[in-house]
Amino acid sequence: MTKTTLTVNQQRYELNLLPWVSLLDALREHLKLTGTKKGCDHGQCGACTIICDGKRIISCLTLAVMKNDSEITTIEGIAGGESLHPIQQAFIDHDAFQCGYCTPGQICSAVGMLQEGHAHTREEVQELMSGNLCRCGANIGIIDAIMQVKDGGNHE
Amino acid sequence: MKHTEIDTNKTVGKPISRLEGKLKVTGTAKYAAEYDVHNLLYGYVVNSTITKGKILSIDLSKALALPGVIEVLSHENRTKLAWFDLQYTDMDAPPGTVFKPFYDENILYNGQPIALVVAESFEMARYAATQITFDYSEEPFQTCLDHHLDSSRVAKKGFATALKPPPPPPTGDFEKAYQNAAVKVETEYRHGTEHHNPIELFATTTIYQGDGKLTIYDKTQGTINNQLYVANIFGLKYKNVQVLAPFVGGGFGSGLRPQYQLFLCVMAALHLKRNVRVVLDRKQMFSFTHRPPTVQNLRFATDTDGKLMAMNHSSKSETSSFEDYFEPIASWSHRLYPAPNTLFEQELVPLDVYTPMDMRAPGGSTALHAIECTMDELAYKLDIDPLEFRLINYTEMDPSAEKPYTSKALKACYLEAAEKFGWEKRTPKPRSMERGNKLVGYGMATGIWDAFQFPSRVEAMITADGKMILNNAVTDIGTGTFTVMTQIAADELGLPMEDVDFRYGDSKKPFSMFQGGSAMTSSTGVAIVVAAKELRKKLLKKAREITDSPFKKVEDNEVTFKNGTIALKHDPNVAVSFKEIIAFNKGKTIKTTNMGKPHMLKLKKYSMATHSASFVEVEVDKDLGTVTVTRAVTAVAAGKIINPKTAKSQIYGSMVWGISKALHEETIMDEKLGKYINANLGEYHIPVHADIRQLDVIFAEENDELINELGVKGVGEIGLVGMPAAISNAIYHATGKRINKLPIHFDELL
Repeated sequence: MTKTTLTVNQQRYELNLLPWVSLLDALREHLKLTGTKKGCDHGQCGACTIICDGKRIISCLTLAVMKNDSEITTIEGIAGGESLHPIQQAFIDHDAFQCGYCTPGQICSAVGMLQEGHAHTREEVQELMSGNLCRCGANIGIIDAIMQVKDGGNHE
Repeated sequence: MKHTEIDTNKTVGKPISRLEGKLKVTGTAKYAAEYDVHNLLYGYVVNSTITKGKILSIDLSKALALPGVIEVLSHENRTKLAWFDLQYTDMDAPPGTVFKPFYDENILYNGQPIALVVAESFEMARYAATQITFDYSEEPFQTCLDHHLDSSRVAKKGFATALKPPPPPPTGDFEKAYQNAAVKVETEYRHGTEHHNPIELFATTTIYQGDGKLTIYDKTQGTINNQLYVANIFGLKYKNVQVLAPFVGGGFGSGLRPQYQLFLCVMAALHLKRNVRVVLDRKQMFSFTHRPPTVQNLRFATDTDGKLMAMNHSSKSETSSFEDYFEPIASWSHRLYPAPNTLFEQELVPLDVYTPMDMRAPGGSTALHAIECTMDELAYKLDIDPLEFRLINYTEMDPSAEKPYTSKALKACYLEAAEKFGWEKRTPKPRSMERGNKLVGYGMATGIWDAFQFPSRVEAMITADGKMILNNAVTDIGTGTFTVMTQIAADELGLPMEDVDFRYGDSKKPFSMFQGGSAMTSSTGVAIVVAAKELRKKLLKKAREITDSPFKKVEDNEVTFKNGTIALKHDPNVAVSFKEIIAFNKGKTIKTTNMGKPHMLKLKKYSMATHSASFVEVEVDKDLGTVTVTRAVTAVAAGKIINPKTAKSQIYGSMVWGISKALHEETIMDEKLGKYINANLGEYHIPVHADIRQLDVIFAEENDELINELGVKGVGEIGLVGMPAAISNAIYHATGKRINKLPIHFDELL
């Protein structure tokens, strides 16, 4: 067992973990923060995307012990209390999800991607969001939602 | 009989956002593997590495010695199970013998579950699974459809045949007509295996309640189907097994039947008398069901004017060695196009694989690709525009059944989609359009899908606070069912949506079939209409009993249900609220439970289907052969659209599936091993955001007063059906190359 300290959504957790526990499983099984999803466990689908020390990362390809003392934001911490993050609201408005399972990863990825500031056009947003798969095919809604927030207004 | 009237700010037809949206965007929606259960054990499945043969022995010593490993279950020490095959069956089981996990030492397919490790942590269960050694005796196997086409035979008939009939008998004299026809085309199409791959992994959490009682959170499209399955196999009382699926992370058909993680999880829970969770990993998501590979042969012929004279469609597809999975493929063309001479044949090739299953637009999406590409070839041979060719062969009737459709707005689909797309800008000659270094192609195709309705039972009630609660076992797998049912119920009772509480995803609730076949809006939706009508009657009756009731001498059709009240039509100020009615009823809920079912007798005279037309533009890189679907328009005729927002998403989604089927996804088998070799999402390709450019959806107006009380048909599958052919035809137009298989790879275009 390795003592691991994680600050998740501004709350500090001290965990005793075996070193082979992935950050994803630490969140889901140990901290019961199941908003972060497991879709492949191999870094191929993006459903487990979280924001760690300001960067979007794939939590299934990260061991929890590697992130000792890190600041983590999961989907549960994206909203400011009761009021939704603009990306979350835009996802609802644009029907950017159907089953909802890839949605937390898409939202965390979108928030992280916008912070990175590399995407300027719709094509660049599509490219930089392509690590997050959506099997329901809500791609149009997802990109529309992100573009609306990115442009700060009335993008359709 | 006169009917009461409902007056409300109608919600049906409005683009309402999903009611569960907030739960999904905040990560609070809970899926099957996410329930926090006390003292939970983790199960991890071990799968066969051989394709056919027997397990001779299992060495568990290393696994059992690991700390935290509680038990390893296999056929050697499994609990007592049901004796009869019939007890393993489920509502969607095809004819044959249902696969029984852990039944005996026989291996029927590669990846078959053969052991379950149960441990105190997920990590230890997973590790222990690698420490078990199996000694097998291997037998020769057959997994290749192409190599065994000669062993095809017709499918056995059974319960499932009712919804999936075999092809109709021949009409006219096909061979003679084909020989003598002016213009003819002969084609062969090949489709590979596909796996559903919902992003949520198949998972079950079983809560052991004691006294033979189980509460099960399961990834399924049908709660009652899985409840019956579990109770029958493990000899439990139906009422003691509750299957819950409030959120389902995609299904696409894979959740129509109970999958093996449910069986194993329940077995472990009963055996250990503990709470257990079993989650499959992504590779294991390739170890049960799939869309079967097919080989299709078509011969279509026309007269010199382009009228179809003869159609022959033969299909051979894979099934397992134990069940006859059949999806209609060969018979679709005659539901669209009239031709006096037809010959449709469809056979199965049993192979050593798991039984295939319905996967979004099963049969139809495979068949229409072949049919609509063949039609495109014919159009070129005839030198007629492909759209014009469809219109020449257009009929309002269903030629195969010789019946009219309850409604068919396909012509409107063709014309509206063609106009929006700008089809008139197309120059017919292949390789005649370009954009920089890209060849540009325009293609179109027709889609058709069934308009099913299943029986469904809804309990509806008005409670003391004047609000409505509805109960039905249906699931919402992302289809928008929750929102759509709430809209229907709100309008039926004249209540605002926030006063309607539709409760679902629970086997304890009144009957619903599994979510499938694009049939839920018609099935549970109609049941709501029927129950609401009865509830209005009961409310009015009770309202008339109130002392000095304003409705005592008023006819049923002189009142209206509006904003949670019953009011006089000619004087809306005279009203009694639902709250007052329930208060008068001594606070007792007024409720009713009713069945909605299709009007079989009336509908016997008609055929029922949804239709679509897809128009696609592709760009093909001149040097690299890479294909991009730059834009696509799909027009859909599916009766009344309850919620244009969620319905549009269904069509968007299925258009993406069409792009995926045409250009991306396929499961590849190593025929020497009998094993799928790209069983992961890195190598099983589905479109990413960068692959999806501009998609447009049109709903053609289709007023269907015959089909059911709501005039709805369903939108889950129709958007996929025409897309693969439209893309293939666009690729032909761009490059002059016909690639008669899917997916189309860039190297085939070089």
